[in-house]
Parts: sequence; C-alpha cells; structure tokens
Amino acid sequence: MEVINEIKFSMPSLSVNESTARAVVSSFLIQADPTIEELSDIRTAVSEAVTNAVVHAYRGTKGKIELTVKLLAGREIYIRVKDRGCGIKDVEQAMEPLFTTAPEEERSGLGFSVMESFMDKLTVKSVPEKGTTVVMRKRLRANEK
Amino acid sequence: MKLDIKSENGIAIAQLSGEIDHHNAKELRTELDRFIIAVQPPQLVIDMKNITFMDSSGIGLIMGRSKLLKECGGKLEVREAQPYIKRVLKISGIERIVKVT
Repeated sequence: MEVINEIKFSMPSLSVNESTARAVVSSFLIQADPTIEELSDIRTAVSEAVTNAVVHAYRGTKGKIELTVKLLAGREIYIRVKDRGCGIKDVEQAMEPLFTTAPEEERSGLGFSVMESFMDKLTVKSVPEKGTTVVMRKRLRANEK
Repeated sequence: MKLDIKSENGIAIAQLSGEIDHHNAKELRTELDRFIIAVQPPQLVIDMKNITFMDSSGIGLIMGRSKLLKECGGKLEVREAQPYIKRVLKISGIERIVKVT
C-alpha cells in the first residue's frame, strides 16, 4: 500500500505520555481531514494501546514505546504501537472483554475491545519477555470536499 | 482535569472537565473517594458535559465509584456524556449497573 506520509517517534513509558500520543496522532491526522467521530475513534484506540504498554508491558519498570502513524493511499490510517516490555503470554485471553491482570488498579479489561470497536482492523503480536506490537487500521470516509 | 463537587437538593453533583485517561483517573479516584467516604451521599451524579476525552480508564473509574457508593448506601448516575463518550460507555455495558442519562 502506497504511503503518503508517516511519522515515527518513541517516548518513555510515562503515563503522562498517553495524552502526548493522542495529541501527536491528532495533529498528524488533520491533513487527512477526518470527521470528528473518526478522529475521536482513532485517538481513543491509540490511548488504549499506549496505556496497555504503560500499565502492563512496563509494569514496575520503564521502557520505550514506539508509535508509528501512516497515512496510506485510499485514506487508510495505519497505527503501530510497539513496546519491548514483558509481553503477553496468552494474547487470545488478553483480548477477551473484561479480562484484566490489574483489577486492583481498576483496569476495566476493555482496552482491546475499544480498539476493535473503534478501528477496522486490529492485530496483536506478542512474545513473552520480548514485547508487544499492536497494529490498527482504519479507513476514513471519502472526503466530500 | 478539573473536579468540582456541589450539592443540590440533597444530590451531590461532581462536575468533571478535561480528559479522563489512565494518567489522571488516579487523581480523580482519590478525590471522589475522599468525598464519598466523608459525606456518604445517597446519590452522586457525575456530570460529564465538559469531558472532552475518555477511554476505558473512565469505565474503571465509574465502576469503582459505583461500587464504593453502593457499599456506603448510595447510588451513582452519569449525566450528559458527549456522544463519543457514550460509545465507550456502551461498549462496557455499564448502563446495566449505573444510570446513564
């Protein structure tokens, strides 16, 4: 798929960077003129993926979270959130709605459900002790201008 | 993130403004719990009119406060959430536990 534009950056796994990631993605997506709903969907999905990396991948430690955003031909948005944290032993189980390993922190276990609902495609690849890569895609509606 | 709590006709209303994510949910949780434990209101309304963003961290926040209020003999209501926030609420099925208007 032809890449029209892309950004890639990494940030420390600090919780304050959940909003940093949303802000960067929002700024990048303005060029594609998304609807408010589309922008809101993507920001929410990115926030969930980055929060998972902060809360679960680097639990009790610090590491880097790498965020890649691409605008592809056909108004498709590609987002990759990658960490080198503890990884997920059972991805299928982790993606079940309401499954959480951090109930004491009031994690609702809905992060992947939100990503799946708000984006068109979601792929999660993880290797224990190596890290997790979340890839999400969403096609924006045709620009009527 | 800003939180103002006022009382109207015996109902406590918590007006939230800003964004709710994992980073700032912790502070909100602490402040709301302090209020709930001290006052033990029979009803607490979370007014979300001025919330500009919320991810699933907000669901954990609402469910946790609902549970605490129930233990204190009260009930929780969520009011005036923007449409995109209502979509997150709907995914969680929280409307079965908490009144959302």
